[in-house]
Amino acid sequence: MISLKHIVKVFHPGEINEVIALADVSLDFNKGEFVVLVGANGSGKTTLLNIIEGAEFPTSGTVEINGTEVTALPEYKRSQWIARVFQNPHHGTAPELSILDNFRLAALRTQRKTLHIGTTVAFKKEVRQKIATLGMGLERKLSQPMGNLSGGQRQALTLLMSVMDKTDILLLDEPTAALDPKSALVVLKLAEQLNKELGITTILITHNLKDANLYGSRLIQFQEGKIIRDISGEEKTKLMLQDIYGWFG
Amino acid sequence: MSEFYLTALQLSLCLGPMALGIFISMKVFNIPDITTDGSYTLGAVVTAILLPLKWPVLLVLPLCMLAGALAGVCTGLIHTKLKIDALLAGILVMTGLYSINLILLGRSNVPLINTADLFSSFTLFSHLLTNQLVIALVLIVLLILLLNYILKTDFGIAMRATGNNPIMTKSLGINNDFIKIIGLAMANALTGLSGFLVSQYQSFTDTNMGIGIVITGLGSVLISDALRIWMKINSIGVQIILVLVGSLIFQLVLAITLALGIDPNFLKLVTALFVLLIVALPRVSQQLKRQ
Repeated sequence: MISLKHIVKVFHPGEINEVIALADVSLDFNKGEFVVLVGANGSGKTTLLNIIEGAEFPTSGTVEINGTEVTALPEYKRSQWIARVFQNPHHGTAPELSILDNFRLAALRTQRKTLHIGTTVAFKKEVRQKIATLGMGLERKLSQPMGNLSGGQRQALTLLMSVMDKTDILLLDEPTAALDPKSALVVLKLAEQLNKELGITTILITHNLKDANLYGSRLIQFQEGKIIRDISGEEKTKLMLQDIYGWFG
Repeated sequence: MSEFYLTALQLSLCLGPMALGIFISMKVFNIPDITTDGSYTLGAVVTAILLPLKWPVLLVLPLCMLAGALAGVCTGLIHTKLKIDALLAGILVMTGLYSINLILLGRSNVPLINTADLFSSFTLFSHLLTNQLVIALVLIVLLILLLNYILKTDFGIAMRATGNNPIMTKSLGINNDFIKIIGLAMANALTGLSGFLVSQYQSFTDTNMGIGIVITGLGSVLISDALRIWMKINSIGVQIILVLVGSLIFQLVLAITLALGIDPNFLKLVTALFVLLIVALPRVSQQLKRQ
């Protein structure tokens, strides 16, 4: 699904503040996998995610998605495969636009935005049904500006928006960092459900080791721009929370 | 006296498209675009070249908009491709246009007194000012309907989202640079349309007529924004209408100022102070409330 080969990313090369964010990382993500990335701040997790989605380009190495090389493809073109939920709940939605308009744009992620009115009665009904599954009562507020909602509500909606259109890959960069425990649970449960039901390849970055233990079929630990652990299958299922705490001891 | 208000109304309608242009660049896209001074004059210059050559007025109209759009595309390209601050990009294009306008027109002032124009091409009412007013009003209503439609389409939602949250739009498959260039083209096409209308309304084109005109548009949009917040309005269609209400209020204030017998030399100063007042008033009242 996603194949990273010999990815090196250096910030400010040759300058006094040179940082090697990723040092020759090669990694394959398989279709339908739910991969959790852990590691200290500055270990390269977010840089890796940014390189997959095209917000940053590697200093060297190649990125392939579905067998196509996309190393130089800009972010807005990679959105044909990738949906993303940001760490900051404000980044995933447009605050001055209504909930409905936000969903309309998300429903066209892989398509052209034409001079055609797409917020029809049928579309409203579809959105209302989807939002009702969250059980937050937001289905009655479709015409309200997104900015009126809480961070948790916006993050849950961003996640729903990510599957309004065809999605192969879902990138979650600390999606619950700014949320209260209850909203965080809603968001992660929903991500797990979307991964299972729709078979979307999911990559989650988290600093919450409990979540890292609880979710996902594969766990990868980063340290100083390198992968130091890559655990999947039965080994991941058997993994205990204490073991993971031990990695960071 | 009624003639006095009608004149202000007429001028506000002629300057309405420019105010809508500023609304698109400033409120929809969050870009401070001051190409306006140049593209406004450009619309008037194209009018003053083509109308005396007996080009049909309904062909000159879209050509003025096209000229304005090209100016907007220049600003957009400089801003997005060369990563130059939008304000500076606008100043550069505006400055360049000053020479282009002079070269195109050949001299600094061209009268359009005995030229068939938009207002004389259609006679719906015998009273001259009423006739002008109705023609301008029809044009503005068509413009409101068109803009309202565009901003509600999928493309329009993408435009609004780009100004509101560019991080999100990039992740939703929107080419922010492209859509900003289109937006600046639309804004300046509308400004060119105002140049077309005003040159015919005042029966001349002057290459200096655009100097400082951007403040008129800004003032109109700021008034409309104050009204929007006060009336708690979200609907994009109502916001468009409020921009024209803002344009009318602005022209009325200027007309009343002149009627009070203030030296016309002070007009720009009064304009600047009035805009300052609109911007400052909500902030000052908020500070007073806190105390």
